[in-house]
Amino acid sequence: MNKCSRPRRNGVLWAAMLAVATLAGAADASAEDKGFEIAARSDRSDRGFGDSAVDLKMVLRNAAGQEATRELSLRTLEVPDESVGDKSLIVFGTPRDIEGTALLSHAKILDPDDQWLYLPALKRIKRISSVNKSGPFVGSEFAFEDFTSLELNKFEYEYLRGEACGDLECDVIERRPRYEHSGYTKQIAWIDREVHQIRKVEFYDRRGDLLKTLTLDDYRQYEGAYWRAHALHMVNHQTGKSTDLIYSEFRFGLGLSERDFDKGVLSRIH
Amino acid sequence: MQGTPSRSDRLALGLAGWVTRHAWLVVGLTVLVVAAAGGGVRYLEFSNNYRTFFSPENPELIAFEKFQATYTKNDNILFVVQPRHGDVFTPRVADAVERLTAEAWKIPYAIRVDSVTNFQHSSADGDDLTVQDLVRGASTMSESELEEKREVALDEPLLRGSLVSPDAGTTGINVTLQYPEQSLGEVPEAVAFARGLAAKIEADYEDVHVAMTGVSMLNNAFAEVGQRDAMTLMPLMFGVLVVFIVVVLRSFGGAAATLAVIGMSAATALGLAGWAGMRLDPISVMAPTIILTLAIADSVHLLLTTLALMRQGRDRLSALRESLRVNFVAVWITSITTIVGFLSLNFSDAPPFRNLGNITAIGITAALIYSITFLPAAIRLIPLRVRPGAPAGGRDDAVMARFADWVTSHHRSVLFGSAVVSVLLLAAVPRIDLNDEWVKYFDSRVPFRVDAEFAMDNLTGIYLVEYSMDSGKAGGINDPSYLEALDRFTGWLRSQPEIRHVYSYADVIKRLNRNMHGDEPAWYRLPADRDLAAQYLLLYELSLPYGLDLNDRISVDKSSTRITASVGEISTVAVRDLIDRAERWLRQNVGTGVTGGATGATVMFSHISQRNIDSMLTGNVLALLLIAAILMIALRSVSFGGLSLIPNALPVLATFGVWALSVGQVGMAAATVTATSLGIVVDDTVHFMTKYVRARREQGLDRPQAIRYAFMTVGRAIVGTTVILAFGFGVLALSTFRVNEQMGLLTALTILIALPMDLLLLPSLLMIGHKARVKKEERNHEQVLAPAS
Repeated sequence: MNKCSRPRRNGVLWAAMLAVATLAGAADASAEDKGFEIAARSDRSDRGFGDSAVDLKMVLRNAAGQEATRELSLRTLEVPDESVGDKSLIVFGTPRDIEGTALLSHAKILDPDDQWLYLPALKRIKRISSVNKSGPFVGSEFAFEDFTSLELNKFEYEYLRGEACGDLECDVIERRPRYEHSGYTKQIAWIDREVHQIRKVEFYDRRGDLLKTLTLDDYRQYEGAYWRAHALHMVNHQTGKSTDLIYSEFRFGLGLSERDFDKGVLSRIH
Repeated sequence: MQGTPSRSDRLALGLAGWVTRHAWLVVGLTVLVVAAAGGGVRYLEFSNNYRTFFSPENPELIAFEKFQATYTKNDNILFVVQPRHGDVFTPRVADAVERLTAEAWKIPYAIRVDSVTNFQHSSADGDDLTVQDLVRGASTMSESELEEKREVALDEPLLRGSLVSPDAGTTGINVTLQYPEQSLGEVPEAVAFARGLAAKIEADYEDVHVAMTGVSMLNNAFAEVGQRDAMTLMPLMFGVLVVFIVVVLRSFGGAAATLAVIGMSAATALGLAGWAGMRLDPISVMAPTIILTLAIADSVHLLLTTLALMRQGRDRLSALRESLRVNFVAVWITSITTIVGFLSLNFSDAPPFRNLGNITAIGITAALIYSITFLPAAIRLIPLRVRPGAPAGGRDDAVMARFADWVTSHHRSVLFGSAVVSVLLLAAVPRIDLNDEWVKYFDSRVPFRVDAEFAMDNLTGIYLVEYSMDSGKAGGINDPSYLEALDRFTGWLRSQPEIRHVYSYADVIKRLNRNMHGDEPAWYRLPADRDLAAQYLLLYELSLPYGLDLNDRISVDKSSTRITASVGEISTVAVRDLIDRAERWLRQNVGTGVTGGATGATVMFSHISQRNIDSMLTGNVLALLLIAAILMIALRSVSFGGLSLIPNALPVLATFGVWALSVGQVGMAAATVTATSLGIVVDDTVHFMTKYVRARREQGLDRPQAIRYAFMTVGRAIVGTTVILAFGFGVLALSTFRVNEQMGLLTALTILIALPMDLLLLPSLLMIGHKARVKKEERNHEQVLAPAS
């Protein structure tokens, strides 16, 4: 959804889709094809960014209106290899008691991601072995799977309709997770027709009921190519809790490499 | 019945004349009014939320709402699964649990499902931390694998005694629900779905029994019980009344008209409640039954007098008018005092009692109006025959006369005897045990009660006492001093005999510490360092799946965590004792900085009786003063009005004495019967006193003669209405809901005790000072009465 990490594309499928779309024409494509096509176009708009780094602030609110803030920095590496996902490294800044705690994640398509956490207080790296990706990320309303790379092939798509979204015109597509342990049955995403960015996503729980809504605002374009939302707002309709993600300026072209996303690097980050 | 007609007499005669002249119009208009008002019945809905018992201002409710806003609402359904033989950790039973766990996510409004199979078990393997479902794929597991799982489960403080019984013979699947609270259909919808699941599991695994309890089941039971009572008790009450009316009136025409009056009164009240948007609950649903009982009195008094006059040879119309004239004031006063009594329920802290009071008050108002308009009009139109010369109850009246003479001649002994009995009963009142146990609000005919007791017998306590342990600062829960306090309090709670299980974050962090140290048992202790605790928690949070996070246990800014203590069968008194002990322990053992107070539905219910008594105190006093004022005005005498209170206040108090000596325990019904029963029992006194005063003022009779007159005119009606009222409230005792049962029994008891007070004590009180006054006022009667006194 958000482009804090780079959506990866499946070249073969994407090319095939493009071919189908070109041959048959978008109007004749089935709802599935059209849905995929729109998702793919959005994905494509982000291709080739290489690496990025950003600081962000997470504001958590409960139903009573109490707030808590966490600050973290996030680095992302675009991985050209299509059989694995992007790599990301999250380093926590505040609250003070988790400062320096770092989470390294190697995304996978249909398998559990590889994840390691460095605990400065213990001075140890722990590998997290868990099939769970839908749990709340550090107590927020964002699940790790909402947060990390939007891999095109993690979903099956269906085109629903076109409609206005704010000042823009949007295509509305439904995407169903293919990952077995996902907490969602489906998501509905609004993608604008102008710059092809995701503006809103609704998440539906295992029962098919609306669980959360994510709105993405303050899109800015970097290097004349890459769009990034800087204000993400997630509200949980069932519990009344919500979380804001506020991004600072993104930085690109840092010259990061695989070595910077190796498990060994964790203990050296501060 | 001589003398100049008073204003009320003129009014009564005017009204009687008009309604009998325009009988068809009055009947037609009444039917229209009833139809219009009664149409509101279709808007009546049953509340299915236990919170309906608490006013928005209730401090325990406010505290609990705040608690729930910090963590999660804790409406739940607890499935209790028990194989008929053996334990839970067999491939077949564990498979059933696994399946039920997966299916339970689909229950409408479910946000979380916890069971022994999806318990997020953390374990260490070198520097790998594995967090996964404790049991996955049970049907293909070997015996030894399951044996291993069994050991883990029984070793886990979060599971043992909560979701798995210590003998592993019973297990629980707890579903947390979050209702949008938009419609009353939500709870029944979730419950129906859950019942379907339970039935499916029981059908597919014949040797497995599934019981269901939890807050949602409780809420659902409130609605089901109310509907059930409405379906059974109202028809029963109506049947009892039909028999009674026919027996007392010995006239089918009169019986038909009376039944029409009470039926229309109940329909009007319910309909208007519907228009007003009131919600019914197991308590206020009793209103129509009470209205039927109370509404009958006006008609019975009016018709008994009419029939008696007709037997004396009067024609129907003049008998009707005369009856309305002599009963007019009494009918008004008795209705108003009863209305005042029921309206005083508005002082109750529990909204169901307010609704009960208001609906009943509307019903009695309707009954008053229909009795003096519709009833005479109907009697004018339908055949009403008596055999003249054969006065029904003639023998009764003779009995009444003899009884009157006996009382007036023995009034000193009666006074003395009444005083002794009253003092004895009043002395017993403080022995009453104010107590409730909310599972026992339902009698054993209600499945909820059966299942809740099954859960308590086999698995865990279903009374939850919640604590939010607050460190006072963001991130403070990671502080070693906080964790230590939390852990010690958890340990103290566990050592209390009432407590079956305690869920505390202290156990989670200890387990994580052990995991971080290669699962070494020696490391099962609190982390010594704040950063360490914070980072363990972060690690654990990153590993938890959808719906099984710690957000319902830890506040968003990590300043507080939640402790849940499950308590077995326990009374509200014992709950308050436990809470007090815990509070004292916290004060003495936990330094400043960490605070926590008990909250939750159990805590709210544990205060409900006392809070209702406190809140009703003003209501009761106000009702008493108002009723006294009404009597004084109606009887146009301060002393008569004041005197009338004695035989009425005494039975109300004496009832609690009798109850203390016989039953002992009473719940939240206690606070609410005082004012209402006072309003009811005062009616007999009003009828007696109005006749007595009329005899003295209009006919110039002396006291014994006036008492005799009063006995002969209303004695039968008093006994008759007392019997029917006692019966009517006795019917409430058949309710499946304990509060109604106690309310019914207490009121019936008051009414029964009031009867001898009215027949013995009241005339005796009227005789006091008789001799002293005759010297001044009635010198000529002195000699006649001297032997009597």
